[in-house]
Amino acid sequence: MSAQLERKVDVELPAGPVVAARRPVVRWAMLAVGLVVTLALPWFIYPPVAMDIAAWALFAISVDLLLGYTGLLSFGHAAFWGTSAYTTGLIATHVGVPCPLAVLGGAVAAMVLAVPIGYLSVKRTGIYFAMVTLAFAQMVYFIANQWRSVTGGENGLQGIPKNLGPATDTINADSFYFYYAALPIILLGVFIAWRTVNSPFGRVLVAIRDNPARARALGYDVERYKIMAFVLSAGLAGLAGGVFSISHGFASLQELIWTTSGKVVLITVLGGIGTLWGAVVGAALVVTLEDQLASSGFNGIGIVTGTIFVVIVLAFRHGIWGTARNGLNSWLRRRRTSRDS
Amino acid sequence: MPPARPERAAYRAGPKLENNRTAPTTGSHMTAFIQYTLQGLALGGFYALAALGLAVIFGVLGVVNFSHGACYMLGAVGAAVLLDATGLGFWWALPLMTIAMFLFGVLMERLLVQWLLRLDPLYNFLLTFGLTLLLVDVVKRKYGVSGLPYPLPAGLDGRITLGAVSLSTYQVFAAVFSISVCLAVWLVLTKTRVGMIVRASTEDAERSRALGINVSRWVTPVFGFGIALAGLAGVLRAPTGSVTADMGSFFIIILFAVVVIGGLGSILGAVVAGFLVGLVEAYGQGYAGRFSQVFIFMLMALVILVRPSGLFGREEAAS
Repeated sequence: MSAQLERKVDVELPAGPVVAARRPVVRWAMLAVGLVVTLALPWFIYPPVAMDIAAWALFAISVDLLLGYTGLLSFGHAAFWGTSAYTTGLIATHVGVPCPLAVLGGAVAAMVLAVPIGYLSVKRTGIYFAMVTLAFAQMVYFIANQWRSVTGGENGLQGIPKNLGPATDTINADSFYFYYAALPIILLGVFIAWRTVNSPFGRVLVAIRDNPARARALGYDVERYKIMAFVLSAGLAGLAGGVFSISHGFASLQELIWTTSGKVVLITVLGGIGTLWGAVVGAALVVTLEDQLASSGFNGIGIVTGTIFVVIVLAFRHGIWGTARNGLNSWLRRRRTSRDS
Repeated sequence: MPPARPERAAYRAGPKLENNRTAPTTGSHMTAFIQYTLQGLALGGFYALAALGLAVIFGVLGVVNFSHGACYMLGAVGAAVLLDATGLGFWWALPLMTIAMFLFGVLMERLLVQWLLRLDPLYNFLLTFGLTLLLVDVVKRKYGVSGLPYPLPAGLDGRITLGAVSLSTYQVFAAVFSISVCLAVWLVLTKTRVGMIVRASTEDAERSRALGINVSRWVTPVFGFGIALAGLAGVLRAPTGSVTADMGSFFIIILFAVVVIGGLGSILGAVVAGFLVGLVEAYGQGYAGRFSQVFIFMLMALVILVRPSGLFGREEAAS
């Protein structure tokens, strides 16, 4: 029981390049399938639920950008999702600009908030980082709860309009069309995350995750990189939160509470840490499951999600996507070695 | 002061304080100050007891127990259920629930936590987070979301009057009791062989092992002991407000702020920061009203800025 003796992280990505990734064909095929599924989604499931899946997927990607690619577990990302939900709602209600602009405003607000929180939080690492971000998110929750003149306190913001500009009444009214109107915002966020992960900046983040001391010795300002990743991640969470609040037409304290931070971490871990696709799969599963449970009238969702969490952490730490990818890779490797020999 | 809101009432350590600010004479200022101080000490006692458990568990096992707030809630709910089912009151609940929570902790460590001890501490953090969701919703389903009633124990339901100062007897009791328990734990840790082993393992488990101490043997009892302290804090809290499934949900986050302020590796830090945070919250509530909770997090931010490792913590290994 050598608690302190041996603390190894097994969240890391495979050391060498992933076999599938070495084949661009596989990559593009996966991307194409993903896009087709995304576009077809509201034909098969209730469109607002499809929108929820898309928003939560981007939210989980934003968390994974920190957890999987920078090695920081933020347990306070509800602060950014919620801040953007409220800001987006306020802009859409009071300024009357088309909602993509409102969502952008919400994301900017989340990023502005992320600067001081990130600056303070990155002074601690590992488990401390999780606790500190959680505590700061709780502070944001308290402020939103008490600042009733702006946030509406426990009632939240209600009647947020789906305004997409003139002559778009059909889209505004129907959640089926709204899905397609809001999807570009989500896809933009996913694209930014993908570009970041596959950029020199992203490689530095991974280097920091794997060996902060070495990254520092190579001349990288580790804290600055972490803050930049944190702010970027908050911006993505903000985009997702803004879309979510417009889609639902309200923003409530639920968006800021710590269980929301926990839920998005669950989605990330369930899907697989360090895999952007995993976040999407995890979001689809968790959102659909919660929707099914809620509509069946079961009022103990935490019992189910909590159990899933315990089982995943005990038995499937690589998550769904991670387990599948590792399985595929080892299968490909075995096949190749048997062919070579 | 704005009218009390339900969820704020749950934080309050005792009956609502009289508003003395309308008559700003020196005497009432002093009275209010003493009352806030006592309220802060009582509140700090809950934090200190629970944070002590959190710190000991972290020290020996390297686990940050997210479910500490849920265990605190279980202690309080257990006391209420005990009273309802068997009629055993507060004085029975205090020892019985502490033992029950100890056993719960032992079970939790054996069944779940031990499998992840060798991995990154984030995994046990996530595991106990999942457990928290589970426990809270199980209690919610069984006992509802509204509070279970729990009366002040007989003999402690009055007020003590000292000159112009009138104090709730239970608050005085809660403050004195939790300080005594912290002192007793302190004595056990400093004066006994078991305490020495636990302190040594907290300081440096690896070196303790090298010196021939069987650290693993103490892992399970220490975990149970930490959980028992959380349960004890819960029982102690039960008579002061409503006992609900959610009472631990915000408590745990304040607790995290406490251990970040005190320094997670430090037992003394947890206790001192617990009382400090209790006082900050009580003064904030007394003098600043609505935004009182924010002060705790501002204090935490300040500590991170000035002493990132906490007031009593040691520097983390260079990252």
